[in-house]
Amino acid sequence: MGKLNVTLCGIELDNPVIPASGTFGYGYEFAELYDINCLGTFSFKGTTKDPRYGNPLPRIAECSAGMINAVGLQNPGVEKVISEELPKLKQCFAKPVMANVSGFSVEDYAYTCEKLDREEQVGWLEVNVSCPNVHGGGMSFGTSPEAAAEVTRAVKAVTKKPVLIKLSPNVTDIVSIAKACEEAGADGISLINTLLGMRIDLRTRKPIIANTMGGFSGPAIFPVAVRMVYQVAHAVKIPVVGMGGVSTAEDVIEMMLAGATAVEVGAANLVNPYVCRDIIRDLPEVMAKYRIDNLSEIIGGVK
Amino acid sequence: MKQTIFTILENTKVAQDVYRMRLSGDTADFTHPGQFLNIKLEGLFLRRPISVSDYDEKSVLIYYKVVGIGTRQMSEMKSGETLDILTGLGNGFDPALSGEQPLVVGGGVGTPPLYRLTKALLAAGKHPTVVLGFNTAADLFLTEEFEALGVPVIVATADGSVGIHGFVTDAIREAGISYDYVYTCGPEPMLKALYRATDCPGQYSFEARMGCGFGACMGCSCKTITGYKRICKEGPVLLKEEILWEN
Repeated sequence: MGKLNVTLCGIELDNPVIPASGTFGYGYEFAELYDINCLGTFSFKGTTKDPRYGNPLPRIAECSAGMINAVGLQNPGVEKVISEELPKLKQCFAKPVMANVSGFSVEDYAYTCEKLDREEQVGWLEVNVSCPNVHGGGMSFGTSPEAAAEVTRAVKAVTKKPVLIKLSPNVTDIVSIAKACEEAGADGISLINTLLGMRIDLRTRKPIIANTMGGFSGPAIFPVAVRMVYQVAHAVKIPVVGMGGVSTAEDVIEMMLAGATAVEVGAANLVNPYVCRDIIRDLPEVMAKYRIDNLSEIIGGVK
Repeated sequence: MKQTIFTILENTKVAQDVYRMRLSGDTADFTHPGQFLNIKLEGLFLRRPISVSDYDEKSVLIYYKVVGIGTRQMSEMKSGETLDILTGLGNGFDPALSGEQPLVVGGGVGTPPLYRLTKALLAAGKHPTVVLGFNTAADLFLTEEFEALGVPVIVATADGSVGIHGFVTDAIREAGISYDYVYTCGPEPMLKALYRATDCPGQYSFEARMGCGFGACMGCSCKTITGYKRICKEGPVLLKEEILWEN
């Protein structure tokens, strides 16, 4: 059987499969279905400084080969995540976990990351820079190299844990933003977050999503994700975690050939709650089919 | 929750755009009336959540209205075809919480989950009265099945083509029913009207656009007096005293 293990920012993963933030809660919902210790790790629900209810309903719209969500980072806030969610997570998951962090100011990000830095089970901080900067006119941090770098520096100053910056694809030049994060000290890049999308109800002529727009994810965005992972992985020296529409073992291998060291699975978890377990089960057979002995050797192997 | 392959035993039109589907498969994860299942359909990304009307050890009965491409596709399926289904979703109704004379109120395609609930109330020795509201005679379904349970069934239609002319709230008033508890499922305006027109406690089943249907995505999270609740996980049934209408 081929070797599935990879090393992400100095921490070894048994395999490169990682459920993406916002599609896997804090793990325990899925632990009722299967032993989630089979995962490489998982990225828990996006955590902010203060509790957030998120956006009004409806928050979900279906699309061809995907979905739009505008949940709006509903979470109980970092204090409760640490006091209530992480103890429950620890009961069902024994490996280092990825903490996903969002913020609406540079100070927010630093505050939340500093708190999570003290948590032993947190292996990596995955910093989502797709949120609007309330002090910067509402533009997303992730749309400007300077703002993304500023968040990176602020977070790096408060933690010794590896920091992955999770980039938005809704930009003109993702490579310049990835490079700015690398120069600011990021230990890795994860991409892509959702693509901004919209649907309209023909009967009411209103947007289906109460928030008008939302993040488009699912298999439809996979080619965009592969392209951006390829571009970024070839431009930076730090590891890249690839995601966007991944739903099969073949997708994982394609993402790794494009340059991903590990691969996150998002929307697919919402349709098939067992998909990550199934991908891990299928990987050895698919590797054998494509004559891959060691997954870590194919990273960036596209010719 | 369980992911199971079900086989269609029957798929019959029972009213205007409304179909009854009986499926055979593992129903072990259903524990309460008012729970739902979530159906994967070929070529469509998100599953379709549908309430369960009744079940036994080997089969489940659902009713659905054709409102979009998913339900259209379901209506074209034949006996013997299979469906990938997540079962045992949601909290469902608690038949134990009512007094001796519960009022069971259904509106349109919100009616089906009340069928098993009514059976459960009868099994518990209670005396339910059923009030069912529809827009017009062509929309009527399940009324005979309720009558076959031996309970009083009062039908109201918005256009007066069958039963009492008006909404379920008009029917309750006109029929002069005495009750101590309300169980209901139907369109939100009906739930709201019932909430205001009745002064006893009850259980109200809600609908929402869902992502996963099993609590992972927070797509259907709503505000209640007792905190945020996911319609798919802590719902779809909320106690009257915890409902907030601001969502």
